[in-house]
Parts: sequence; structure tokens; C-alpha cells
Amino acid sequence: MSDKTKKGTEAKTYKFDTLSLHAGYQPHKNAGSRQVPIYQTTSYLFDDVDHAAALFNLERGGHIYSRISNPTVGVLEERVASLEGGTAALATSSGMSAIFLTVMTLCEAGDHLVVSSQLYGGTVNLFRLTLPKFGIKCTFVKPRDTEGFKKAIQKNTKGIFGELVGNPGNEIMNMPEIAKIAHDAGIPLIVDATYQTPYLCKPFEHGADIVIHSLTKWMAGHGSSMAGILVEGGKFDWMQNDKFPTMTKPYEGYHGLSFAEEFGPTAFTMKARAEGMRDFGPCLSPQNAWNVLQGIETLSVRMKKHCSNAEEMVKYLLGHESVAWVSHPSVPDHPDHELAKKLLPNGRGSMIAFGIKGGKDAGVAFINNVKLASHLANVGDTRTLVIHPASGTHSQMDEATLKFAGLSHDMIRLSVGIEDIDDIKNDFEVGFRAARKPRLVSNQ
Amino acid sequence: MKFKVNNEEVFASTGGRPFDKNKPLIIFVHGSGLTHMTWVLQTRYFAFHGYSVLALDMPGHGLSGGKSLKSIEDMADWINSVIDAVGYKEASLVGHSQGCLVTIECTSRYPDKIKTLSLMGGAGAIPMNAELLSLAENNDPKAVDLMMDWAHGPAGHFGGHPVPGLYHINTGGMLAKSRTIKDTLGVDFRACDNYKNGFEAAKKIKIPTLSILATDDKMCPVKEGKKLADLIEGSKVDIIDNCGHMMLLEEADRVLKVLKKFITTHYPPLNT
Repeated sequence: MSDKTKKGTEAKTYKFDTLSLHAGYQPHKNAGSRQVPIYQTTSYLFDDVDHAAALFNLERGGHIYSRISNPTVGVLEERVASLEGGTAALATSSGMSAIFLTVMTLCEAGDHLVVSSQLYGGTVNLFRLTLPKFGIKCTFVKPRDTEGFKKAIQKNTKGIFGELVGNPGNEIMNMPEIAKIAHDAGIPLIVDATYQTPYLCKPFEHGADIVIHSLTKWMAGHGSSMAGILVEGGKFDWMQNDKFPTMTKPYEGYHGLSFAEEFGPTAFTMKARAEGMRDFGPCLSPQNAWNVLQGIETLSVRMKKHCSNAEEMVKYLLGHESVAWVSHPSVPDHPDHELAKKLLPNGRGSMIAFGIKGGKDAGVAFINNVKLASHLANVGDTRTLVIHPASGTHSQMDEATLKFAGLSHDMIRLSVGIEDIDDIKNDFEVGFRAARKPRLVSNQ
Repeated sequence: MKFKVNNEEVFASTGGRPFDKNKPLIIFVHGSGLTHMTWVLQTRYFAFHGYSVLALDMPGHGLSGGKSLKSIEDMADWINSVIDAVGYKEASLVGHSQGCLVTIECTSRYPDKIKTLSLMGGAGAIPMNAELLSLAENNDPKAVDLMMDWAHGPAGHFGGHPVPGLYHINTGGMLAKSRTIKDTLGVDFRACDNYKNGFEAAKKIKIPTLSILATDDKMCPVKEGKKLADLIEGSKVDIIDNCGHMMLLEEADRVLKVLKKFITTHYPPLNT
């Protein structure tokens, strides 16, 4: 080994902020273009027939057709994998398609999943109503009921899924303990870490096996583009039992390929792409991938501001006469306050749920009268966003499901932006004034 | 596939094709602490183009049983036993890093059996950094982090994996941590450090030999690879720019192209 290797014992691999800007891309291989080029193309030339056959048969790496992979999207995939500490990633057209692709890569008809009950409403509907149509059933468990996850595991259970911090109630899954439960049962833990981004939490360090993001949110950060991604941790041993034959046995779709044998720590992503993107096709457009890359370049800068503004808003709301309760992991009496310190050392995130005095009518008046905060069905924008979940994101749930998901009619979901904090507070004062006299204030 | 050598189970990837004894055999030998998976962007190609392929997990590594072998000489003899165990009288060898030391020694010991030798990131000796060796022998994951840092060039550190979506350094690190570090990397590093016969073994080699070297290889720099190649009669050298020690992944296509031309010329495939 040369003298160059004798300079010290600390690895000089790039750190988070550098990876946010550079990972996945080498300019000298792209005409020296400093920015990542947008490869706006459907398909890629083959050198010859042998090259084409080798690409289709996964004998060589490369691009065939942009439904399967695309160079701009590939940069995004490597960048997110690097930030998460994962081995591989697969970007999709939305966070929902990333979840669907993950489930369809993991499960077959007749399989079962254990799922946290506190999820985005669309995700609840996927697990509760849509997946059963494919023969995949789910048991919902409240995120704080760690033992409940263990009890819900059946012989045909293929994984545990949950949002690390539940939407919208801010309940936190005890990821290390639930990971142990999953691994003792020989199944993977899949975590949707959209709210955290890898800046706040790296789930692989706490036992997760697959991480999912809606990149639409804080990762892209500007409310401009839809995108999702699944990231593989690489530690899960698919060959430890016979639960995952489509990962371990010869696959007819690639001349008898065993994904686990050939690709080991990247097997899940390889299968999700080779089978899932081929057959379902929820591909991300290169333009949207580029937009997300722009956002990721400033991820840590934005997340610091999101979190500091959120902590200011928590203090403001806690002291406000119109507020009945505030849920945010930074609040000392939040049930998961200590767990949040452990799992989210860089900040507790910028999602706040609060109850407004006066119930549903007051909530509606508040939402209708704030001007700076945007009333819309998104989170993680640079701008402050508000919604009344019971009449918006979770409106397709019946009363019992709302209750099980921990939702109440007085709840406002707040995604704190990076505006000047005084301007956000002033805007909320207008909303609260209207909420105190909901019938006397115009909606417009 | 799985088979037995010295009563221990051995795993080898056959590149996704059934093992066929009628085809010429290529054996791929991985580097320190790694597994057969490092070869996936070469093995599948050869397996689908007229060869039988064995990308081995060395004893105690990857999916193979047994304990890691403690010397390069023992590993060389073990490769010879593999050839016997699968019922072949000859084979072509491809090695990476430590696998180069093993295949050089094997070729010098069993000259009639080995038909071509391909070396990637090879050198006549691989003395280990004392601190790195100590970290690995003490089961410290920092040893893997350092190895991944030093083993990768620009593609590893920045990205640009030939397979879309894969990230070099974390994938390599996970492979190296797949078994207990001190029992794989620790034993391998010590075996490399102890091995002194590389240059003498090289002088005995009379078969077609190819060395693929990389300009950014910190583990086995170009000058060390050339020093070794100069000792092997008629040896060919191919140097890859802007690439590190993990050239078989960082520049997989370039490696495959050179390897394909070399092996098919000197050890033709069975045309099926």
C-alpha cells in the first residue's frame, strides 16, 4: 500500500453538505457541464446488438429506456442514497408510487404487512382499500404501541411499515425497538422519513432497512415538483429465511437471475427497478429530478431555518389564548420528547399540529383568514402551509378511522416555512382573531 | 452454486447461468474482505457468452462456509482444489487486489492448469498500513471506512455508478461488513502483509497475462502494477484514467471490454 494511504486513520469521504451538492455526478463525464444536465430523452443508443442484449440481461450497467432509468434521475438516486447512507435508490414519480413499488417488490398476493396507523391519508387508503385488491392485507397498529407491532406479525407478514413521525399527529415510532421486532421475525422495517429528510434523521442508523421519501416535500423544498424515492440500506439478509422467494429464487423474467445472490446489498433496488419500473412504470421525469436536485443542494441550510422557525412557532402557539393544545416533539410534555432527542438530534422538524379553541368552526375561520400561510394539500414547502386535516387531507376517512388515526376536528396542521418568523406570527394573529368570532368575519 | 472443497461448503456465482462443464472455465477471485458480488458486471457477461463462470466467495467470506485462509499460499492451493472439485483440468483466472496475489501464486504453482491470467489493481506485494491492519484485526468498522475511502477514485467519491441508482462506497462498505470484519478483512490484510513471494512467482509465469491498472489507485499504484507486469513475460498492461482501485465497478464497461478481448483471444469461448 502506497505512502498516500499513510496520512491518517480518518476516512476522507465527503460529508453531508458536500454530498448534497456533488454526489452522483462527475462533470468531466458530461462535457464539463458544472450543472447536472437534463437528459430529456426517452431512449439510448446501443453500440451493437451484443451491447443491447447485455443491457437488457443486466450483464452490464447502463440506460435503455427512461421508464427504467435516466442519467439525470440517476444522479438524484445516487445523491439521496449517499445522504441516507444507503447502497442504492430508485426514484419514482411521487412518494405514493415509491410506497406502492416498495410493497409490490416485497409482497405477493396472500402476503401481509404490519402498518402504523398514523399515516398520510392517501397512504392509509392505499393500505386499507387498494392493496387488498392485490391480495395484500394489512394490520394497523398505533405508532406508540411497540408491542402491538410484535403481536400483529403473522406467518405471511413480509414487513413493517410506518412514518417515523406520523402525519399529522406527530407520534413517533420507536424505530430501534420496532426494527428489532422486525428483524427477530426475519422481515424488514420500511420507514417513510419524508418529514425528517436525512438531515434530521438517517433511519438506517436506527435499524430501518428501506427508507422512503416523498421528495416533493422538504427534499425538493420549493413546492414545484412531484417526486418520490425508495432507498435501500443494504444490511437486510434476504436469504436468511424462505419468506422472500422472489428475491432469492431464480427469476424467470431475467433468465433465472437470483437478485439476492447476484446483487446482495442492492438486490431490493435492482428488483424494484428491473421488475417494478419495467412493469408498473411510475418513472420520474428528468426535469423534475433536476428540480429536486436544485432543492437538495440547499437542504441543510433550509432545514436549519425550518426547524428554528418551527421552534419559535411552538413557543408562540403554546402561549396563545386561542390554542387548546400543541403537538410537536420539541414540547417537553410531548409523549415522544425523549425519543425525538435520540432520533432527531439535528432538529425536531417543522410540522406542528395544534388544536384551535372553538373546534371545527374556529378551525375553518382560521384557515380562511390567514393570508401569508397557504391553505393547500402539501407540506415541506419553503412557504408556510396550513390545512384542516379533517376536512382536507384526511377527509376521505370515516369517523372511526379518523379517531384511530388520532385526528380531531379542532386540529390544524402547520408546515412551518422559512419566511421571517414575525411575519408568520402576525399572519396567525389575523387568523386567530377570525377564529374567536368565526361568524362575524368574512371568509374573503 | 454450492459445492465442497476440503469438506467445507463453497459458494460461487455462476453469473446467472447453469454451470456447464463443456464450456471453458473462468474463475474470479475477489479482494480482501469482499465477496463474489464485486464481479457482477463482468461475470454475467462471460456466463452468457460461451464460458462457465465461478465468481468465488473465498472460505469464510460471503456465502461460503469455513474459516478465512491465513496465507496467500493456502489460498492459491485452495483455488487449485476448486478447479479439481468442479471437475476441470484447466481454467482462466481473474483476480482483483489480494485476488491478484492469489492468482499469481496459483499460476506459478500450477502452470499447466492455468491458461490465462488477468490482474486488476495488482502488485507483487501489498504491504499493509500498520494502523489499517490493526483496526481490521480489532474488528473496528473504521477499517472498512478507510478501505472504501482509499479504494475508490472519483466515481466512488462523487458517484456515477455504471448501474443506475447504485452508490459505490456504501455498497462496497456493506459487502465488507457482511461478515465479522476481523475474521475476513483482518485475516486477509494479514495474509497480504505476510506474502513476500509475488515477484518470484511472477517470474515463473509463462502464460498470457493482462494487468489492468488505474491512475487514481492508492492501494496498488500504477508504478507497482507495472513493476509486477515487467516481470511477467509478454504481459500486457492497460491503464484506466480517473479511476481508483475498484476499477471492476468504477469503470466496469472499460474493464469488461479489455478483459473480453484478452480472454476470448487467448482462451476462446464455446460457441453455442
